Amino acid sequence: MKITVSSTENNLYQDSFAIEGGNFNKAGIVSTRIKSILKQMGLAAEVVRKCAIVCYESEINVVSYARKGVVNLTVNSETVLIEVVDEGPGIPNIDEAMQQGYSTADHKIREMGFGAGMGLHNIKSYSDEFHISSEVGKGARLLMTITINNIEKK
Amino acid sequence: MNLETIVKELNLDVRCAPENLTNNVTGGYTGDLLSDVIANSREGYIWITRQVHQNIVAVASLKDHAGIILINSCQPTKETLEKANQEKIPIMVSDLPAFELTGKIYNLLGKKDYTKLF
Amino acid sequence: MKLSEVKNILNADVIVGEEHLDLEVKTAFGADLMSDVLAFAKAGSLLLTGLTNSQVIRTANILDIAAIILVRGKKPSTETINLAKELKIPLLTTKYILFETAGRLYAKGIVGCLEKVENNSVLD
Repeated sequence: MKITVSSTENNLYQDSFAIEGGNFNKAGIVSTRIKSILKQMGLAAEVVRKCAIVCYESEINVVSYARKGVVNLTVNSETVLIEVVDEGPGIPNIDEAMQQGYSTADHKIREMGFGAGMGLHNIKSYSDEFHISSEVGKGARLLMTITINNIEKK
Repeated sequence: MNLETIVKELNLDVRCAPENLTNNVTGGYTGDLLSDVIANSREGYIWITRQVHQNIVAVASLKDHAGIILINSCQPTKETLEKANQEKIPIMVSDLPAFELTGKIYNLLGKKDYTKLF
Repeated sequence: MKLSEVKNILNADVIVGEEHLDLEVKTAFGADLMSDVLAFAKAGSLLLTGLTNSQVIRTANILDIAAIILVRGKKPSTETINLAKELKIPLLTTKYILFETAGRLYAKGIVGCLEKVENNSVLD
């Protein structure tokens, strides 16, 4: 099922951010930036937090497993859409990957405190809507929707 | 203090090896990085963790821990319980998060200088 | 209690954030696994951890964590320190292990935090 991002006219903000696979030094930079943007837009703290978390968990996944990826951020009056697309090995069994505790993390990733196998589950938990698809050998795509109740006017 | 007392005080759910609740507890260690726990925990300690896979039994056995307490109602896997029964290592479950559980147990056990061990 | 009191209770060294010692904290979260922190830690809480890589700072930023306490005398890398300075996150280090660090803070009134995720409880 093709999920389309809403049209440009309704969007308050739209931008894309590149993620470098394998670069743990830079991992999290995109999420920090996006959090800052959403905060400046005046979104409710809880909305910003949820967005930051789903973005961060996704970003770490891309850095951990893919060659590269991109985060497409779209904000309209009702929702924040965070789409993360990567180029990498993809996910052979999505149901399995979604299970809490399931992880393919290597030693290096675990030593950093990641790889507990909770990432995808956390992302889904924090999103109001969550879609995931993948093609083995090509990559994966995650689309998270977080609902904005009301935007605080500055 | 033995494990039984801690179980009673904190209302822990004992999942295996109940006959070993007589184990004496000499201290505690909270952590989830196995290499860290192996390096720094000591014999007789109660190990507080969220890790549920069977490797925790190997670690607890290696270090002669008094027992393992899982936090946040994390459930041990079937393999973990089987192994723990074999190795006679009690595994208990608490619904509390690590900080809270650790806080209570630390204060139950009373003051002890853990830094002298490093 | 203020962060300055936390510093005293833990005999901690302040690596980043001398200017933030007036911060009020009430809750703490201890973890070595980032996913746990991401799933459960509350904004404004203290994070007690043995992880010293710069991702801990990122996580703290994402979650609006008040301050990070590195336990067991762990020393953060220069990279970690610089990132903490850049993102203005207080970073302290204590010689006590996580078990004792949590114990001491708990005895003085700091409580744990458990924030359930709104839509689906991760404890299911």
